[in-house]
Amino acid sequence: MTRIRTLFRMTAVRLSLIYALVFGLFAVVLITYTTLNTTRLLHQQTRQTVNEEIIELSVIFRRGSMARLIRVIERRARAPGASLYLIADTSGRIIAGNVREIEPGILGKTGWTKKPFPYEGFGQADGPVRFAIARVFDLPGGLRALIGRDLGEPDRFRSIARRSLILALAGMVLLGILTWFFVGRRALKRIDSMSGSTKRILAGDLQERLPLSGSGDEFDRMSENLNQLLGRISKLDVGLKQVSDNIAHDLKTPLTRLRNKAEQTLSADPAKNDYRQAMEDIIAESDTLIKTFNALLMIARVEAGSRAGGFSEFNLSNIIQDVHELYEPLAEEAGVEFELSATGSVDINGNRELIGQAIANLVDNAIKYSVEGDEKPHRVSLKISHEDGQLHVVVTDNGLGIPLEDQERVKDRFVRLDKSRSKPGTGLGLSLVDAVARLHDGTLTLRDAKPGLVADFTIPVEIIQK
Amino acid sequence: MKILLIEDDLEAASYLVKSLKEVGHVAEHASDGELGMTMALDGGYDVLVIDRMLPKKEGLSIIADLRDSGDQTPVLILSALSQVDDRVTGLRAGGDDYLSKPYAFSELLARVEVLSRRRISGESETNYRVGDLEMDRLAHAVKRGDEEIILQPREYRLLEYLMKNAGRVVTRTMLLENVWDYHFDPRTNVIDVHVSRLRSKIDKGFDEQLLQTVRGSGYILKSQKG
Repeated sequence: MTRIRTLFRMTAVRLSLIYALVFGLFAVVLITYTTLNTTRLLHQQTRQTVNEEIIELSVIFRRGSMARLIRVIERRARAPGASLYLIADTSGRIIAGNVREIEPGILGKTGWTKKPFPYEGFGQADGPVRFAIARVFDLPGGLRALIGRDLGEPDRFRSIARRSLILALAGMVLLGILTWFFVGRRALKRIDSMSGSTKRILAGDLQERLPLSGSGDEFDRMSENLNQLLGRISKLDVGLKQVSDNIAHDLKTPLTRLRNKAEQTLSADPAKNDYRQAMEDIIAESDTLIKTFNALLMIARVEAGSRAGGFSEFNLSNIIQDVHELYEPLAEEAGVEFELSATGSVDINGNRELIGQAIANLVDNAIKYSVEGDEKPHRVSLKISHEDGQLHVVVTDNGLGIPLEDQERVKDRFVRLDKSRSKPGTGLGLSLVDAVARLHDGTLTLRDAKPGLVADFTIPVEIIQK
Repeated sequence: MKILLIEDDLEAASYLVKSLKEVGHVAEHASDGELGMTMALDGGYDVLVIDRMLPKKEGLSIIADLRDSGDQTPVLILSALSQVDDRVTGLRAGGDDYLSKPYAFSELLARVEVLSRRRISGESETNYRVGDLEMDRLAHAVKRGDEEIILQPREYRLLEYLMKNAGRVVTRTMLLENVWDYHFDPRTNVIDVHVSRLRSKIDKGFDEQLLQTVRGSGYILKSQKG
């Protein structure tokens, strides 16, 4: 019962009801119109036949006499057919014809009868009352004649039309109910299975997916979209778990170090203890922690950020130059040749701060890791180029590079490859760059520079060239 | 220096007040926006430190109302909000500096001290002097004693900022913000290298080392001789 009630509540069912109603109405109008028109046409034809007969009779009358006319009429009246003949005298008494009784007054007026009239003919079984239309006219000698035609046939047509209308309506209703039942039930079934899956997903099974029928209909399309959404959610969910695991793990180490340091200082011989030095170390250690937190928050901000917030038009070439200028002394001190090749002046729309930091992170990494390489001289290059609506900021170094299998992984939070564990850093640098690229609908691609690493920060831009 | 802290996190507030007092400042605390607004209007503070999210009256609206009433006391905004453009919103509302949580006390202290100075001396000074180091801002010339010092444009701006805030600690982040106009945590020691280059130009060969490193905080430019 509830199922049926649900069925009634469904949009598809409601729609099909409305359709059935509209179509039914339309059918009624159509059939009525056709019937009326056809009836009119038949009446017209009837009248024409009557007129022709009258012309024929008048020709006979002109050639012969009244007696001959009456004879002809008598003869015709006896022949089987739908024609009505009647001749009456001035008093209204029927002299000749095949009509036994007629509604009084019909003969009183010449011309076409206004509407079909009932009559009774000779040799007619006691059937239903018959109707006819006729034309009444005067004959010389005070006689009055009526020539008409039985309407039995047009009436039969009308009843056929009525019956077909009822049949059509019944068929339509039946078909409608059937379609409604099957389509509605099918839709209901699909929705039932979808809500079943949704319930399981809500219960916590993020791996569950909505069923696809493979027909590519709107249900499938919706399920596909929802499945994609679920995929993204479960990816985020996994990411979240991973991140919190990593945070717990990566922050535990410095916190333990911090605690150990404090404990050692406390338990050491006060006379020989350099409290100041110990406290400074502790502060430095805490600063690193704060930096890590800030970096984490920054990534979260970028990932939660909307494009509109903080976006403005700025000159990317200036940023590149700034970053080069900022890192040039550091590179020189580390014995790294740091080249800049930027062509022309490029204005883009984006978040200046974030792009600045992203490029700085890439350069920072490149300098840090080029020093590790065997290639001499150590070299880092910073380049921007523009092709096919894509802006590439490419940072290349000739250090140790990143093995192919790790090139995607290093973009995750806190992922640090073994060889970089000893270096200062949070393991968040590339994660931020990646997040910034995604905020700008772009990508961060890492490639082998053989030797070394190519970091390609690509964002789609409409460059405002000046 | 008299500082008003408007912050609803009582633990953080009491730690800050205590730390500020320890370094010799007078610090008062308001735990909600309305009380903070009343105290701030009473005046007499050199710097206001205002948290963005406060009960009763929001941080930014306090700042906006203060500015509307003509109060120009420097404001440092504290925020844990996690939007990229919060900083811009904060500064647009009338704040003078912005620090996001979590922060190190040394960072907050340095910023508060620099802010308080902003009120005393403006940008309008044409000459800076620290010990025998002189900067002529009209001629873009720097001298130490009688010796002319040639600086790169960025080194000049770095020194200009340090001299403007002479006698006060400036952090690496502050340098990156004010000299390079970027607002992120400088990674590794980029800023240190710039500072040490500048130091080699202004201090090398002189008895008194004016540009000093403050461990755990940043740098300070000062002279014992005044």
